[in-house]
Amino acid sequence: MSLKLEHVNYIYGSDTKLAVHALKDICLEIPDGQFIGLIGHTGSGKSTLVQHLNGLLEPTEGKIFYDGRDIWEKSFSKKELRSNVGLVFQYPEHQLFEVDVFSDVCYGPKNLGLPKEEVEARARQALRLVGLSEEYDKQSPFELSGGQKRRVAIAGVLAMRPKILVLDEPTAGLDPKGRDEILGQIAHLKRETGISVVLVSHSMEDVANYVERIVVMNRGSVLFDDVPREVFGHVKELEEVGLAAPQVTYILHQLVECGFAVDRQATTIAEARDTILNALKTG
Amino acid sequence: MSIIEAAHVSYDYIRRDEEGNIEGEVRAVNDVSLSIAPGDFIAILGHNGSGKSTLAKHINALLVPSEGTVLVDGKDTKLEENVWEVRQSAGMVFQNPDNQIIGQVVEEDVGFGPENMGIPTKEIWERVEESLKMVGMYAYRKHSPNKLSGGQKQRVSIAGVLAMHPKCIVLDEPTAMLDPNGRKDVIRAARALNDVEGVTVILITHYMEEVIFADRVFVMDEGRIVMQGTPREVFSQVERLQKLRLDVPQVTLLAHELQKSGLPLPDGILTAEELTAELEKLRDAG
Amino acid sequence: MIRDITLGQYYQTESVLHRMDCRVKLVATLAFIISLFIVDSWWGYVLAALFLVLCIRLSKVPFKFMVKGMKSIVFLMLFAVVFNLFLTPGTPVVSFWKLRITDAGIRMALQMAIRLTMLIIGSSLMTLTTTPNHLTDGMESLLNPLKKIKVPVHEVAMMMSIALRFIPILLEETDKIMKAQIARGADFDSGNLLQKAKAMVPLLVPLFIAAFRRANDLAMAMEARCYRGGEGRTKMKPLIYRKSDYAAYGVLALYLVLMIVVGRILPI
Repeated sequence: MSLKLEHVNYIYGSDTKLAVHALKDICLEIPDGQFIGLIGHTGSGKSTLVQHLNGLLEPTEGKIFYDGRDIWEKSFSKKELRSNVGLVFQYPEHQLFEVDVFSDVCYGPKNLGLPKEEVEARARQALRLVGLSEEYDKQSPFELSGGQKRRVAIAGVLAMRPKILVLDEPTAGLDPKGRDEILGQIAHLKRETGISVVLVSHSMEDVANYVERIVVMNRGSVLFDDVPREVFGHVKELEEVGLAAPQVTYILHQLVECGFAVDRQATTIAEARDTILNALKTG
Repeated sequence: MSIIEAAHVSYDYIRRDEEGNIEGEVRAVNDVSLSIAPGDFIAILGHNGSGKSTLAKHINALLVPSEGTVLVDGKDTKLEENVWEVRQSAGMVFQNPDNQIIGQVVEEDVGFGPENMGIPTKEIWERVEESLKMVGMYAYRKHSPNKLSGGQKQRVSIAGVLAMHPKCIVLDEPTAMLDPNGRKDVIRAARALNDVEGVTVILITHYMEEVIFADRVFVMDEGRIVMQGTPREVFSQVERLQKLRLDVPQVTLLAHELQKSGLPLPDGILTAEELTAELEKLRDAG
Repeated sequence: MIRDITLGQYYQTESVLHRMDCRVKLVATLAFIISLFIVDSWWGYVLAALFLVLCIRLSKVPFKFMVKGMKSIVFLMLFAVVFNLFLTPGTPVVSFWKLRITDAGIRMALQMAIRLTMLIIGSSLMTLTTTPNHLTDGMESLLNPLKKIKVPVHEVAMMMSIALRFIPILLEETDKIMKAQIARGADFDSGNLLQKAKAMVPLLVPLFIAAFRRANDLAMAMEARCYRGGEGRTKMKPLIYRKSDYAAYGVLALYLVLMIVVGRILPI
């Protein structure tokens, strides 16, 4: 059930003088059950890319295949695609509209034309997956805290039972507590359901602890596509494109320059601690 | 004399049900006292709902305390006749960059405050030019705010406050909705106006790396000030901060972890340079 | 969709008309429109057309750009013309089936076409050469006397300029919410009218909530920057008439006098 992009180009306003080449020759595959971080600063094309994944934008050139089928073929139902590739936009709580939490989460599966029992069963399961217990079901979504609202919105997409869940900056505007909760919840539902998750972010620190693969975007192209420790190794290149490696990476690079025998590829605090202790012992 | 003097300030939000009957009160700020010296760079930390934004709105007289008093440049914010003077001496920049720009052209927005104050036309132009230069947005003076990035919009907002010639500026989570580059630019602008112009800056944030440069840090939780001191003093209490669910800079966290593993490192290491220097000392000694 | 309408959208360039005080342009546009409907003489139309051509030349706005914007209202004009053509009583010239075209009808239709075309070009010329905030400024200043009879002129002008500032933001917001709901399987295009209206609820509710939240934030930001109504406010860009503006008023007066004279001496 993989999603595959082949030489995708996208140009905004291609018929005007102000044409912007937002995506340049993107080749990417999202296999089953992978946890991917998509990193890039504002304007790198990551939001445009994300909208291609579920058919909201049509590539100017190139093809996108879901499960081996071209998604822009006439016979391919967009609704089906969108139920398989769930997209959670930035500030998703701004899309909530129903009188209570439960009805709002039902909106997606209802649009799929499922029977009422199935719709409600899915909504219930989605809400539990994001850690909202039954007591919230009948509350107005507008009375919840920022982090809770966002979880309701994520549940709204989850209830469509996607095989791939794409989240565009799910932590934007949240405080550290809310951020950790959301990221923890996403990791949890990834483990529970085994679906693929694409986490779009501009913060390396956010994704470093969770993902198994990082795709770095810059000016509409894929700059790096590798496991985190390899990607973070390119400190200089990352900095040149306005991104920063996690602070830990900086410290370790600095220590190496000062002659410490530490492993530069450690990305988490625990790994860094161990390699520093080791270096001090042996040195 | 201090520029801001809060004495036993409490503020209650009144919750109403659908018919408008009072359901109950929520104490958002609880017996807060603080005093801020002119020219200081102050940071207030705390997660959402800790009362930090409510406290900030008191400094601009957008809210007045339910109990206690707030004096801004010696003026009581509770008195009706002081309101405009208070708002002029303590400017405020808010979180959402889109919802605080009034003008359709950058320079007109910056001129909005001085216009309201009744400043003569010629002087408005001087102030607008000087403020836009201060935040590095002069080149964009003829642009429409809609075409700017979030960080640029926030710098325009800072210029808009600056043009009112305030003694103090309150930045209420100005970087919460920005990307890392925008965040850096805004913090740089805030630090510059503190360093160069000597304006008192009160920065409300939940990003730890932004408060390292502050003269004093206040940490709020459940409406109270629970920690205060220099950044080093505050960040040396890693476990306490973690209990408050606040971030600690990764360097500080790493140093703390190393300390727990038995390395004799000092408390409150804030930068990578400090940590490297300390580790070198250890290596050379051992 | 909405972005495609270029009719009267401000066209950035340097010209006499762009530099002219917006109050002159407002008054002139109004006078021009009135003159079109008062004059009942072919020579009058020729004169009005000459005046318009002169203004278009002075504005340096490409004629093509203006015409492109007019496409969207051609239908409206045709409707008015056809309506006049068939429904004016008079001596029949041609008649078939139940329809009759009279000589008076032909004249009315022609007149209507000329008037409407010039009216639209004339007024779009104003908006093409004046930024929206200058327009609100100009209106505020011209309507200032109404303050004496308690008309909230300043407040209305402020509301208009805030609306202008937020229209693009809300359009973008609409686009975002629409995409978000489509991603949740929403369908805004198919179904009958009732179903379509129902489908709009998930778009409109969040949009209204967002608009109110923005309004709330903006009110607070304005208050924090000492906004307290028009009282005691100074202007960063005050409206001051220059010599050229007085000259423009002179030209306008001359045009009006000529129109009246032509209308009297050379009626149809």
